[in-house]
Amino acid sequence: MTADPLVAPTTNPPAAEAERPSMLQRILDASWLTIILAIAIALIVSSVLIAAADTDVQSAAGYVFTRPPDFFSAAWDAIYGAYSALFRGAIYDYQASGVRQIRPITETLTSSVPLIFAGLGLAVGFRAGLFNIGAQGQVLMGAAAGTYVGITFDLPVGVNLALACIAALIAGAFWAGIAGFLKARTGANEVIVTIMLNSISFYLVAYLLTTSLLRQGGSRPISPKVADSATFPLLLGTQFRLHLGFIVALLAAVFVWWLMERSTLGFQFRAVGANQSAARTAGMNVNLMFVLVMVTAGALAGLGGAAQVLGTDKTLQATTAGSIGFDAITVALLGRSRPLGTVLAAILFGALRAGSPLMQTSANTPIDIVLVIQATIVLLIAAPVLVRELSVPHRIAAMTGRYSIKGARA
Amino acid sequence: MKLELRGVTKRFGSLVANDRIDLDFAEGEIHALLGENGAGKSTLMNVLYGLYQPDEGHIVLDGQVVRFAGPGDAMAAGIGMVHQHFMLVPVFTVAENVVLGHEPTRGKVGLIDLAAARRMVREISNRFGFDVDPDALIEDVPVGVQQRVEIIKALSRDAKVLILDEPTAVLTPRETDELISIMRQLKEAGTTIVFITHKLREVRAVADSITVIRRGKVVGTPSPHDSEASLASLMVGRSVSLGVDKTPAEPGDATFVVRDLTVIAPSGARVVDGISLEVHTGEILAVAGVQGNGQSEFAQTILGLISATRGSVTLDGTELLGRSVDEVLEAGVAFVPEDRSSDGLISSFSVAENLILDIYDRPPFSRAGALSPARVAENARKRSEEFDIRLTSVQDPLSTLSGGNQQKVVLAREMSRPLRLLLASQPTRGLDVGSIEFVHQRIVAERDHGTPVLIVSTELDEVLDLADRIAVMYRGRIVGVVPAGTNRDVLGLMMAGVPLAEAERAAAAHRTALGTADVLATEGEAPVADAAPTVESGAEVADAAPTADGSSATSDLEEDR
Repeated sequence: MTADPLVAPTTNPPAAEAERPSMLQRILDASWLTIILAIAIALIVSSVLIAAADTDVQSAAGYVFTRPPDFFSAAWDAIYGAYSALFRGAIYDYQASGVRQIRPITETLTSSVPLIFAGLGLAVGFRAGLFNIGAQGQVLMGAAAGTYVGITFDLPVGVNLALACIAALIAGAFWAGIAGFLKARTGANEVIVTIMLNSISFYLVAYLLTTSLLRQGGSRPISPKVADSATFPLLLGTQFRLHLGFIVALLAAVFVWWLMERSTLGFQFRAVGANQSAARTAGMNVNLMFVLVMVTAGALAGLGGAAQVLGTDKTLQATTAGSIGFDAITVALLGRSRPLGTVLAAILFGALRAGSPLMQTSANTPIDIVLVIQATIVLLIAAPVLVRELSVPHRIAAMTGRYSIKGARA
Repeated sequence: MKLELRGVTKRFGSLVANDRIDLDFAEGEIHALLGENGAGKSTLMNVLYGLYQPDEGHIVLDGQVVRFAGPGDAMAAGIGMVHQHFMLVPVFTVAENVVLGHEPTRGKVGLIDLAAARRMVREISNRFGFDVDPDALIEDVPVGVQQRVEIIKALSRDAKVLILDEPTAVLTPRETDELISIMRQLKEAGTTIVFITHKLREVRAVADSITVIRRGKVVGTPSPHDSEASLASLMVGRSVSLGVDKTPAEPGDATFVVRDLTVIAPSGARVVDGISLEVHTGEILAVAGVQGNGQSEFAQTILGLISATRGSVTLDGTELLGRSVDEVLEAGVAFVPEDRSSDGLISSFSVAENLILDIYDRPPFSRAGALSPARVAENARKRSEEFDIRLTSVQDPLSTLSGGNQQKVVLAREMSRPLRLLLASQPTRGLDVGSIEFVHQRIVAERDHGTPVLIVSTELDEVLDLADRIAVMYRGRIVGVVPAGTNRDVLGLMMAGVPLAEAERAAAAHRTALGTADVLATEGEAPVADAAPTVESGAEVADAAPTADGSSATSDLEEDR
């Protein structure tokens, strides 16, 4: 039997009201439909901006009332041009020849690797109720540690890579563990602490790049190339940059699934995230969980940093982390903090990254439009009610008078 | 003013919350609306108060069909409502709250005329003997007074019909008694009172007429003189046994011993103040008291959620204080928290996961850190059958279960392992009669199994039904430990801090409405309950009488009467 069918919405016990889900929980509970709609709406909003930014459209707009078809065909050309360039840059380049045609999709997957790692780490935190903003710093610390091993030791192939990855994992875990420890011990808000740790890590790495530790000769603040024995082997030969890190990232996703759904530790993580006081009453050590969650998240993000340096960049700069850590937040939210969702969202973002340069060069669309797409997606997912109002199924339901109490309460 | 509902139907989608309800409220009567949680009482009252529009049917006021677009219309027509959860601003004064939304103003710029507001509060307060200070802040006055402020608010808008939604849920027995006399005075003054409740005893004590609602329909209009059992079976739809069938306790050794337990809150308040208690195997000791007198902290300290400042808590001779919650549970303590949704369950987790929430790391559910979903599901199927948890699938989120079934999940989990102590706070809060019956049976069964049981409850009825001995708690101390069957008036006074001997004297001199109803009810059916309990010997009682508080409370009482 489900809930008593006679319980009207307002007669819910007050306890249900007290349990009003947090912002984070609301985002995590967003339905797949909401997410797909959010992506679709973001693309539509961006098309308007693409058209508005296009010079041909702007001039055609000057005489839109005399010759409207000009305006619409110019707008269509601009939007089609931009999105087809994005497609050619990110998935399949039908204008190229030979194996170069599939190069874009491999670039997309390559870009997605650090996002998968960092996104998975954040997802673990989100499901445990910790809003970890610190992936950026954890990625950078992981990258620095991996680089250090990569430029310092010259061990046999495989061993050197493994050592570099372990170093990155420990560095990321330690860096995130600071925030977890401070939260457990002093109640310090993890959002603020991780933001501060991001700044610290940026300047710390920038400083280390001026010292012999990471610069090791050379005059610019950039590390030497890591030893070949410490790089991720390429998967599809030298024509493509896709490397073993992608497979490791997929394995990490499987591991995170197992951790969260099948292990006693993940059970505690989820319990702490869903209802801290119930977890405490059930005898779980909530403070210890804070630390362990952050350590897990940092380890994954650190691996992401290693994948970026040892798989793609080969050298370390202070800007190596780029916006990986921040994009990973969106990736984790977009993937509802589930491993599969996070992987798919990371590939989507990898595609936007891989495709945007071609969009700029061939269609003359400002590269910033990619940021607009990303931001709009987040905005819409954070405001699920807005998406629901805009969505067609909801309208139909409203018109036919079907009314789900569950929906009304959400 | 005569108020009628004619064929009122209210649907939510396919759910019919109110099904063609006809009701007559005569002028100047106390009309009880009786029904279980979710029966549709509140929906009906929200229709009457203009918060919902009926899908069919209408409201008739003195022969005129009226239509309320919102609470404003209902108020203008003379209908006032006191919600279960008060709608007051804590940092405003009584007078400010009373005029909120209808502020009397002065001058052209519309300055609030607080003097007029104060006068209004004083006038109504004096008329009915409410004893409310218009200048007190809401957050400083007790819940009973807050409720009177709500009533004054309704009366200040000339309410002829006053709807009271579960008004006694938050009151002490004494406050309940005062509310009953207020209701009677209002009735004398011609106000119609609609009294929504599921407490049979109160209905029989005050109502002139009763309407029972079940599953959205009117199922009967019994007389207030009908027996509680017949009212209950009408309400539930099947015959229920009120009270608990239990044999006298056969207490064994005192395996659970609390000595001089003191807890000082971070604010410096002594929330638990030198409590000493013993619970024997095979007996139920109930800690009775009004909400907020330290019972919650007492229970949480035993579990290890709060650390004690002083004292000792031993189970089977082992000290529990200073251990982690996990270790206390491991020692054989079952804990039913007072607020199941915030402390006992995780609503987004599946029923199966909730059934292992504090035993997930024990065999057979996990091995080497990995959970076994098959065993977790099998356990859930077994427990839900054993405890009659109504569900479609054990993998459904817990939030799909009704409150009664959620509580059964907590009990099923806590009772599914060998127990050395059952510690249950408010085990039946918010449950319907049927579920209460079930929960009580399980608790008694656990006692008969030889487990010491400690119940913490603010419901006097529950305490009287379940307990073999009753410890009354007031302001962190035990006022006294009395045997089961102690007169409820005596217990009510003790819950206000009056020591046992004085409580007995005062109770004999002034019977309260509910106490009288109690005696009348028992006279017909069984010999009168033992009205003169004997004080238990032993140190437990001796050090527990708060003389200062007790005597001041008594003198208050004397002044009131």
